[in-house]
Amino acid sequence: MSAPEKVPALPRAADLGLIGCHVCRLVCREAPDDDGGMECPRCGSALHRRKPASYTRTWALLLAAFMMYVPANLLPIMRTASLNDVDDNTILSGVKELWVNGSGDLAVIVFVASIMVPMLKFLVLGTLLISSQRRTDWAQLQRAKLYRLVEFIGYWSMLDVFVVALLSALVRFNVLSRVEPLPGVIFFGLTVVLTMLASMSFDPRLIWDSRDSDD
Amino acid sequence: MSTTSPEALQICEECDTVHRRRAMTHGEVGKCACCGATLEHYHSLDPNTMLALVLTAFVVFIQANLWPIVTLGLNGRQSSTTLWGAIIAMWQEQAQVIAVIAAATLFFFPLVKMLSIGWLLWFARQHRCAPGFVPIMVTLHYIGPWTMSEVFVLGALVAIVKAKVYFDVMADPGIYAYAVLTVLITIFARVDMRELWNMRMKESV
Ligand SMILES: [Zn+2]
Ligand SMILES: [Zn+2]
Repeated sequence: MSAPEKVPALPRAADLGLIGCHVCRLVCREAPDDDGGMECPRCGSALHRRKPASYTRTWALLLAAFMMYVPANLLPIMRTASLNDVDDNTILSGVKELWVNGSGDLAVIVFVASIMVPMLKFLVLGTLLISSQRRTDWAQLQRAKLYRLVEFIGYWSMLDVFVVALLSALVRFNVLSRVEPLPGVIFFGLTVVLTMLASMSFDPRLIWDSRDSDD
Repeated sequence: MSTTSPEALQICEECDTVHRRRAMTHGEVGKCACCGATLEHYHSLDPNTMLALVLTAFVVFIQANLWPIVTLGLNGRQSSTTLWGAIIAMWQEQAQVIAVIAAATLFFFPLVKMLSIGWLLWFARQHRCAPGFVPIMVTLHYIGPWTMSEVFVLGALVAIVKAKVYFDVMADPGIYAYAVLTVLITIFARVDMRELWNMRMKESV
C-alpha cells in the first residue's frame, strides 16, 4: 500500500474483453450471442459489464425511500396505552425515553441505527450517484470505502421495527397496559427495505469509470 | 492477452480490476490493489466441520423459534412471546407489511439459507455435486443480504430494557438460543460459500 503516486494502472476487465459474472464471479470472455446478450456458462445468469440501468434504478429507489423516510420520522411508530394515559412514540421520542431512563448506551445504538444510518445512506448514495454520473476521479478510494460501509451497516436500521414488533406482542394486558404499532413503523420498515435495494442496485464499478476509460 | 486462461484470473467485484490468482496460505485475505475490496478469503473449506456447524445452527434456530423469548409480568399476570407471536401480532394490528418483512428476514430466509448450505455440504463431503446445485447457489446469492437474526437479538435487548421500566421482565430460553445463533452466524459470515463454485469446477473438468 506504500506504492508511489505513479503505479502502472492495473488492467480492468472491460479493457481486456473480460466480464466477471456478478453472481458466481466466473471470469468469462466477452462474446455476445445474436441478440447481444450473454449468459454465464457456469450459473446461467445474464452477464453485464455493469449492473443494468444502475443509475436509473438507484435514483428511483433512493427517492422512493426518501418519500417513505419523511412520514417514518414524523408519524408515531408505536402507541403505549395504560389505564389513564395514551402515549404515541416517534423514533426520536423512543431514543429520548431510553436516554432519560438511564440506558445511555442503548439510546446511542438506537439513535445510530434508526436515525444516523438511514441519513448516512441517503447522503452517501446521493454523493456516489452524482459524482459517478459526472465521471470524476475525485476521492475514488474513499468513495469505494463509503459504499462498502453503507452496504455493511444498512440492515441494522431494522432494529426499531423489531423492537416495536416485540413490544406489541408482549405488552397485552387488556385495559391495564397495551402497545400497538402505528403507521410510522410501516413507513420506516419500507424505508429500510428500499434503501437496501437502492444500495444493491448501485454498481460500485461506476466509481472507477472516470472520463478516460471507455464504457 | 491470450497468454492467460480466464481460470488463472479473478475480477474485483467492486472496481472491475483484473488480478492474477495466486496461491495463498491459510487464513490469508486477498485484497484488491485498486480499491481495497476483499477478493477472497483463503480457508480450506472443510465440508465436515461446516456441516456440523450448519446442523448445530439448525437445531438452535428451531429452539430459538419455538421457545418464548421474553416474559413480562404485571400485577401477577404474565405475558410472553416467541418470534412468531411478534409476527402474528403485527399482522393483526394492521402492520402486515412489517409481519411479512419480519417473517422473511427472521424466519424464511435464514431457514432456506441453512437448509441449502446443509444440502450442498452434504454432497460436497462426498465430493459430489448436489442435485440442484446451480439454482441453489444462485438463490443463496440473492437472499444473502436479507437475513437479520442478529438485528433481532439486539432488538430483543432494547425491548427488554424498555419494558423493564414498567414491568417485571424475565428473559426466556429463546433469547439465549438467539444469542448462540448470532455467534454461529458470525462464524458463517467469515466463510465464503462461493468457494463451492470452484470446488465444482475441479470435478467437472
Ligand atoms: Zn455465473
Ligand atoms: Zn477492486
